[in-house]
Amino acid sequence: MENQAITVKNLVYTYPNPDGREGIQVFQGLNLSIGQGSFVAVLGHNGCGKSTLAKHFNAILLPLGGSVHVYGMDTLDESLLLAIRQQVGMVFQNPDNQIVSNVVEEDVAFAPENLGVPSDEIRRRVDDALKAVGMYEYRKHAPHLLSGGQKQRIAIAGVIAMQPKCIVLDEPTAMLDPRGRQEVLQTILRLNRESKITVVLITHHMDEAALADRVIAMADGKIVADGTPQQVFPQVELLQRVGLSVPETTQLLYRLRQAGVDVPLCALSVEDCAQAIFSCLQHSRQNRRTET
Amino acid sequence: MLKDITLGQFFPGTTVIHKLDPRTKLVWVILYIVALFLAKWFVSYALVLVTLAAVIAASKIQLKVILRGMKPLLFIILLTAVLNLFYSQGDVLVQFWIFRITRQGVMNAIFMMLRITMLVTGTFMLTYTTSPIALTDGLESLLGPLKKLHVPVHELAMMMCIALRFIPTLIEETDKIMSAQKARGADFESGNIIARAKAMVPILVPLFISAFRRADELATAMECRCYHGGEGRTRLHQLRYAGRDYAAYALGLVLVAGVVALRVCGL
Repeated sequence: MENQAITVKNLVYTYPNPDGREGIQVFQGLNLSIGQGSFVAVLGHNGCGKSTLAKHFNAILLPLGGSVHVYGMDTLDESLLLAIRQQVGMVFQNPDNQIVSNVVEEDVAFAPENLGVPSDEIRRRVDDALKAVGMYEYRKHAPHLLSGGQKQRIAIAGVIAMQPKCIVLDEPTAMLDPRGRQEVLQTILRLNRESKITVVLITHHMDEAALADRVIAMADGKIVADGTPQQVFPQVELLQRVGLSVPETTQLLYRLRQAGVDVPLCALSVEDCAQAIFSCLQHSRQNRRTET
Repeated sequence: MLKDITLGQFFPGTTVIHKLDPRTKLVWVILYIVALFLAKWFVSYALVLVTLAAVIAASKIQLKVILRGMKPLLFIILLTAVLNLFYSQGDVLVQFWIFRITRQGVMNAIFMMLRITMLVTGTFMLTYTTSPIALTDGLESLLGPLKKLHVPVHELAMMMCIALRFIPTLIEETDKIMSAQKARGADFESGNIIARAKAMVPILVPLFISAFRRADELATAMECRCYHGGEGRTRLHQLRYAGRDYAAYALGLVLVAGVVALRVCGL
């Protein structure tokens, strides 16, 4: 229990319907736990409940049944609300809609200001957070003049300034160009590796999920696959059935297997995939030589 | 084209005027306006004008910039002058048909023009030398005592800050929507004023919908960053008075006292 960042037990949640009719049921008894310091990617097509699940991690939504514990704190306990939100930071899809101030450093200072941190301590945290995302030189800039990737890094800095143990990112790269995506992903990876911050990355980019230690695939409010990328992605039929694609490398290996070539499915990076195909070719060449 | 719009233009700088605490500048503008309205005759106006000139010189804001800012107000200034010229009672100087110009009318017109010009220039100096954020902070701090009367001072300041933040974003969005509607054959440039106003509807509807969606997302993002109102909130940049602020307050009071003294003397 102590080394778990987030523990979800029998979670039940239904979106309230404004007409008073029965709402849309999202979860019927979901169980999940996320270890401290891990990098978890949550996959799923639109409407599978992955964003709704993320909003339970810092008490934006509260469970209607079951429980969500964040570092041992029950999200239903209202007196712990600020403590929970301080531990679990959240970054959303559109960077424009999360930046509060029209000076970068003032925006990063927003969360510690809310927490009542003294001025000189805020200064230190803002500088550290901006350096951690590589945006220190831009501290006096106006956010609307920055690129999408830079804005999203400012949004991440704004969350790190709370000094959280865990960051939940809800499709942070969906609105960015390839370069912006790279910037944001590198930042996330560095925070996870160097600062030991637990990262929950919600995404529908398979190559982003392949970077994680653990991949959770969701469909219709249920977890359909859970494990390391090497365990999850080879389940190609299952993933395709729930409307998910697999990384291009896995796709290639899968097709080769269907064509009768004996290659392993768990090679995810381009190098590993090339190596797998290469050794398979060598193998078959040797076989042919022994036959003749 | 829409990107050129700036609200409350701010010219960054490092002069004494720029460095003054925003609260000092806000109070100074009020004292300045009081002095301006107490001024009765040319000598008092001259005193206020000299003060204004000194501030402009110290702030290193170019006169050209101020004159450009005055341009849209030219009509109102002239209209007030003309109205004062013809509608004052007193010793008649010229009379033709139903128009009558009096000596008092001429004086009133001159004073009114001076007053409006100096009033606007004075407030320009505030917005030219103070960043919108500093201005918001200053207002929040000055209006602080009103919290006891349940005036939502912090909330108002926060709203102003967010509004300033989203002006460029919404302008950009308007630009995009206009281009999208133009690409589908919308016409914003021809027709009379009513036709043009009607043509704005397909811009305003999507703009409002998107603004509400943005507001909703921003509110969630703010909650995620532990926002819970103004209670127990600290600031990155704490407002602090320096020696120059006390000096400025003293000078402001001297100005008002001077104008009052001149008024008593009838100057």
